[in-house]
Amino acid sequence: MASERVFEEMAKAVVDGLPEKARALAAEALRAGIDPLAAIDQGFKVGMDVVGEGFARGELFIPDLMMSGEAMKVAIATLEPELMKRGQHRQVMGRVVIGTVQGDIHEIGKTLVATMLAANGFEVHDLGVDVSAQKVIDAVRQFNANVVGLSALLTTTILNQEVVIQNLKEAGLRDQVKVVVGGVPASQEWADEIGADGYAENATEAVQVVKRLVRQQA
Amino acid sequence: MRIPILDRLAQGAVLIADGATGTMLQEAGLPAGMPGEAWVLPALTAGSPGEQPAAILALHRAYLEAGSEIILTTTFGGTRVRLKAAGLDAYAPQINQRAAELARQAAGDDVYVAGDMGPTGEMMTPFGRLTYETAVDLFAEQAQALAAGGVDLIYIETMSDLNEARAAVEGARRACELPVFCTFSFDTHGRTSMGVGPSRAAQAMAEMKVPAVGANCGHAPEEVLGFLPLIRQAAPSAVLIAKPNAGVPRMVKRRAVFDATPERMGDLARQFVALGAQIVGACCGSSPAHIAAIAQAIHGRKE
Repeated sequence: MASERVFEEMAKAVVDGLPEKARALAAEALRAGIDPLAAIDQGFKVGMDVVGEGFARGELFIPDLMMSGEAMKVAIATLEPELMKRGQHRQVMGRVVIGTVQGDIHEIGKTLVATMLAANGFEVHDLGVDVSAQKVIDAVRQFNANVVGLSALLTTTILNQEVVIQNLKEAGLRDQVKVVVGGVPASQEWADEIGADGYAENATEAVQVVKRLVRQQA
Repeated sequence: MRIPILDRLAQGAVLIADGATGTMLQEAGLPAGMPGEAWVLPALTAGSPGEQPAAILALHRAYLEAGSEIILTTTFGGTRVRLKAAGLDAYAPQINQRAAELARQAAGDDVYVAGDMGPTGEMMTPFGRLTYETAVDLFAEQAQALAAGGVDLIYIETMSDLNEARAAVEGARRACELPVFCTFSFDTHGRTSMGVGPSRAAQAMAEMKVPAVGANCGHAPEEVLGFLPLIRQAAPSAVLIAKPNAGVPRMVKRRAVFDATPERMGDLARQFVALGAQIVGACCGSSPAHIAAIAQAIHGRKE
């Protein structure tokens, strides 16, 4: 089928990290009347999955993930108007609030997780770095989030991950969200110790963990 | 009195560097989230004036006591853009110069002071907003202040992005005539987080004729054993540097535990030297005890 070949090219544009190529293929798909949802799910997204696996295996690195994420983002943006016109929407897998904890300004890992979650259909609200517990609480309420992602690189600032969880409890929001933690000093043991719902070592694992936790909420 | 460090190294000397700064200053009371640079100029921080630089001096002296022959200035996050996050960017030149003066004060005449330059924390174009030219300017500004403060060399470390490392070298050379060393953090499957392996990193540094190249920080310290031969092969004329973490951090009962004992670090140091390393120290999670073990292992060894 002709569309199979097109889907392969779409996946390849994402794998190769070529935003312009992705945009062009998305525009072509619209002209050819290809279902935009199919273009995303069977085309571009397939490429993102390949990139995610390569990243987890240590064959691809941050620059690759970022260029591929950009290609994915551009493709979706190009297809969005047609999606809306058809009354279709990509299934929102979940609503995520993510940030690097207070006192910590390391952002790359957190940004990668945000990129991968967005590419996988999550609505992501990236609060940035040096995010206070209160800011997380406010965002959870504002966006009706069901997932909170917390990143920390330093062995001192990682203690603030527990502070956020404590604040969520006090605000009566703990049961509404699944909390996933990450960062260099983090581990499954650490997540268990502070009462988080999950731990992820990298952006690819984060997607798997968040998907699994969100399924539990259903 | 010390001879130029490159001459010393050319004679075949093996020099002991120092260890972690951030975690050690935190043990001395530096609040979590506050960079060590904030303690360099006492007038900028709340609390008793003059107390904080004393803590920095005390740490330098502790490493000197343990056997350090090269000490690094408390300027790892000292580029203007990195200091901005702590609201200290307006003081960038003063902080760098003062930190260099403090280290020189502790070091006296016999020990080398290395002007520490770490990453800007910004991603370089095309993935981020930092242009090569701006990066060169940032590092040049930092290096100039460090040189004014009396450092013996510029010490670029924990690099992940190859272009940022190149910009740091270029910036340092624009600012001063001092030797410029450069080490990388290979923390992601044997490469930097940006995917740069030891061979590619060393080759780039060799092309720029950087006289000393190596690995610092990273993941587990044992991994440096595999990196050194690759660096040597790609940069055969360069002095090798090994400054790994004191293990991998784990949170145990809300405290960070790095799992390499001083003894283990001493043992590894011996192996680094056997592979040709001439500058050996430690990074995250280390303490004067680790440096003492390294010094003992290297200078206490039978010839």
